[in-house]
Amino acid sequence: MSTIDIENTTPSSANPAPKDVTIDLSSIKTFKLAKKPLKKRKDLKKSTSKTKKQTKTANKESEYEKQLALKTKKYIRADSIPSAKGTKHKKEKILVTKNIDNVKMLAKKAARAEILKTEEPGYIKTQGMEKSFKLTQKFIERNVDINTAQKRFDLALKDFGPYFIDYTRNGKFMLLGGRKGHIASIDWKSAKIVSEFHVRETVRDVQYLHNESLFAIAQKKYAYIYDRSGAEVHCLRKMIETQAMNFLPYHYLLAGVGNQGILRYQDVSTGQVVAEHKTRLGPCKTLCTSEYNSIQHLGHSNGTVTLWSPSSTEPLVKMLCHKGPVNAIGIDRAGMYMATSGLDGQLRIWDIRNYKVVHSYHTFSPASCIDISQLGLLSVGHGPHVTVWKDAIKTKAQSPYLSHLIPGSDVTSISFVPYEDTLGIGHTKGISSIIVPGSGEPNFDAYEANPYETSSQRRENEVRSLLDKLQPEMISLDPTFIGALSEQKSSSQTLAEEKERLINSLKSKDPLKVKKRGRNSAAKRMLRKKQMNVIDAKKLALINQIEKDKKIRQMQSNTDKDQASGPLSKFYNEKLRREYL
Amino acid sequence: MKIKTISRSSADYVRERVTDIQKVQRNFDPLLHPQEKAREYTRALRAAKLERMFAKPFICALDGHVDGIYSIAKNPLKLDHVLSGSGDGELRLWSLSNQKTLARAENAHDGMVAGITYVPSTQNKFISVGADKFVKVWDFSLYSDFNTGKNVFSAMEPVTHYTGKEAFNGIDHHRNRDLFATCSSVVSIWDVNRSEPISNLVWGADTIRTVKLNQSEVNVLASSGTDRNIILYDLRTSSPISKLVMSMSSNAISWNPTEPFVFAAASEDHNCYTFDMRKMDHATNVMKDHVSAVMDVDYSPTGLELVTASYDRTIRLFDAKRGHSRDVYHTKRMQRVFVAKYTMDNKFVVSGSDDGNLRVWRSEASQRVGAKSSRQVASLNYMSTVKDKFTHMPEVRRVLKQRNLPKDISKAKRTKTAMLEARKTKEENKRKHSKPGSVPHVSERVKPVVGVTFK
Repeated sequence: MSTIDIENTTPSSANPAPKDVTIDLSSIKTFKLAKKPLKKRKDLKKSTSKTKKQTKTANKESEYEKQLALKTKKYIRADSIPSAKGTKHKKEKILVTKNIDNVKMLAKKAARAEILKTEEPGYIKTQGMEKSFKLTQKFIERNVDINTAQKRFDLALKDFGPYFIDYTRNGKFMLLGGRKGHIASIDWKSAKIVSEFHVRETVRDVQYLHNESLFAIAQKKYAYIYDRSGAEVHCLRKMIETQAMNFLPYHYLLAGVGNQGILRYQDVSTGQVVAEHKTRLGPCKTLCTSEYNSIQHLGHSNGTVTLWSPSSTEPLVKMLCHKGPVNAIGIDRAGMYMATSGLDGQLRIWDIRNYKVVHSYHTFSPASCIDISQLGLLSVGHGPHVTVWKDAIKTKAQSPYLSHLIPGSDVTSISFVPYEDTLGIGHTKGISSIIVPGSGEPNFDAYEANPYETSSQRRENEVRSLLDKLQPEMISLDPTFIGALSEQKSSSQTLAEEKERLINSLKSKDPLKVKKRGRNSAAKRMLRKKQMNVIDAKKLALINQIEKDKKIRQMQSNTDKDQASGPLSKFYNEKLRREYL
Repeated sequence: MKIKTISRSSADYVRERVTDIQKVQRNFDPLLHPQEKAREYTRALRAAKLERMFAKPFICALDGHVDGIYSIAKNPLKLDHVLSGSGDGELRLWSLSNQKTLARAENAHDGMVAGITYVPSTQNKFISVGADKFVKVWDFSLYSDFNTGKNVFSAMEPVTHYTGKEAFNGIDHHRNRDLFATCSSVVSIWDVNRSEPISNLVWGADTIRTVKLNQSEVNVLASSGTDRNIILYDLRTSSPISKLVMSMSSNAISWNPTEPFVFAAASEDHNCYTFDMRKMDHATNVMKDHVSAVMDVDYSPTGLELVTASYDRTIRLFDAKRGHSRDVYHTKRMQRVFVAKYTMDNKFVVSGSDDGNLRVWRSEASQRVGAKSSRQVASLNYMSTVKDKFTHMPEVRRVLKQRNLPKDISKAKRTKTAMLEARKTKEENKRKHSKPGSVPHVSERVKPVVGVTFK
């Protein structure tokens, strides 16, 4: 701005116009005449400066527009843009183009609303030879504000370890469970214990449900649900010998897998077991949920990772990831990358859009646990070490971002805290919470997860989320399939296909042949009799009927012989037929 | 070395006083909202269910008439007032908000009140015609009674009356001049100040059932007769413009208030048609769903919707651009419906039926009048938006479309679809066994039109 102002205020210093005029003029008349061009020139100068100013502001605007366009890209959902290609009708086209404009307008608005985001993501900026992975937690603690420094702590719990750890979706509460039965739910930022108790049984996994008021514990035989006060609310008798559990907050499903190798989905709002899928791959300890599409990723002892949804009894995808058992899985929140570690000492990054390996890392000892943070930091626990990697997913990282050693322990569980720059570590000697700058999403959305939630807001959200509960059938690899249109064939196309099918089916039989063997029926004879080339609704109906009857017969032959025979079998068969129809 | 971490101050996110509203931080990043489409769909389904749960369209039945109601007029200046005329010649002025009769004129006509119309420039003046060949001008206005000091309506006597030669079937008033039109076997144009009609408009010879003056293109009027015709006249030349012959006669006509060249005709063939008066060789829209003759049709003041009254004891609401009804209203006790009108605020529908009751309905079944909090408004807006977004989904559509109909109507509907299907099959068979092209496909919009003549 300042440069423009200077140009405006000092036009005459470099302006030769008045000088020219005085030299040229000798008489009054000409002087009078000369006044005009002087004025004109001044005007001209003014106007040019104006245009300059305008172009500069225009440039500035276009710069802003460019930035905005870049930001806008993020907000345009690929599936939400309809294409005007197939539209024939003029009105339809107008509607579709209007829709496209709407989508773009909304994306732009969302991009412009970024100005309201108040927080910035964390970082470590190094200079020269400094290496961030050489920083100790002690050093970081000393160099951050007191608010953050409080988030770094160790809980020495030597008696009941190793510990499992889980956070609520808003990152406010921490659930820890010791293998030997110690359970505690903690408001970890203010260091207040919500509840603490001992189940006197083996604990295999801990999991918060939709909020801190309920949590599930996988115990020796069954899984149990406890409320915030630590009172047992439910015993999930279907969840037997569960090794790993995950909660799907939008579906209210608790998914668990264990020694039986059966993946079970239990709806915690109704108590129903929604699905039970036998993996047939032996006991399973590794379970990870994709936040993007709620698909369960199971790691098996033969090195495969299988992807499951409640609606399919077979795995949606089965991929061989390691040469030994799969130890841990982590998935980024965009649902694009999966990190797996195996006993073969490999840590692999997979692109789960095309199921291909992106990078392979070698770990000194097999990694026991993996977690990927909201902003894409990869943390790996192996032995007593926890290393955090930045840019290890999209690019091949050469050195870790941070590393932390818990001497004499074994890391069993790690979890980044949502919306915080903190990593929770559960190990044999207790719990550690370390600071990892740049791991958490700085700006939360209060309608999704609010770290500053009041109790009335929590209650209201609970009701709202129950109203918005998704059906288990909605889980699929592509979560945007809902509401999308299937590729529709034109009516003429389907008609032509139907015709072809019919002609083929008719051609396969000799129409004039008198059947000597097999079932003969009036309908079939009718079909044979009629002219070949006339295909009408009646004929279509006949063919459908014959096919249906055939299916019914097959079904009846398959049913239990005991039930289908005897004096009352007729009614039973009739009932079956009705049910089928 | 520089280290920065997320360090929020709770003061930025928590309200200062309990009286403040809670602070809500938003982040529209799609990554923070996984599976948003499925969740939106669930909300849409919920919104659809809630809409049907709150769908209570019936407000009240106003009783008082001894005979059926065959004519209704709405006051163009007073939202609250509605006039009704019954088969025994009684006129009643209703207050819709108080749900009671304000004034009535017994034996206003000897026999049926065939039509009523308000004089648009006045609040209280209206004209009625009857089967007794009378045209009567009334003035129902309030005055303060000397004895009681209460406001009461003036004496129930007509201000003036004119005699016609035949029984009248309908009446409509000119928008801005002191003219009105009546119909019997001719369409007569009357000046309020003269005892005889100033002109008679005839084209063909048969009973004319209804006459309607265009309220925006004020010199155009349309009439429909039992000879299956709809005739358009021009008042400036006092001559007909064009005649549309249809396959069945029309019971009522309504001009679109926002598109002056469009009118809707309620046909005997169970359908309602809209026409563009400039090009009447085909209907611009066919509104199906009734299972008996449509007796009356009225455009909403916005011109976007239509209400139809039918002999099948139902009222249907149509989107003017769509072919099937948006909603259907019926009650156990409502008999054949002869008139239905939108109120001037677009929020209610008034219907008059054979059983002598005037019924008031909501035009949006699930909507409620009254002040709403801004949060409620926002929530309703959101719900309607997601509902619109997912109406193409079968589950949502099923919830929104499902209506319980009286048994006889659903039965008639089934019979009708079977009949139409049979007709279609027959035509298809005919086509199959004829020379290609000799049995052409005829559009539903062309079917009702027999011909158009211009004068």
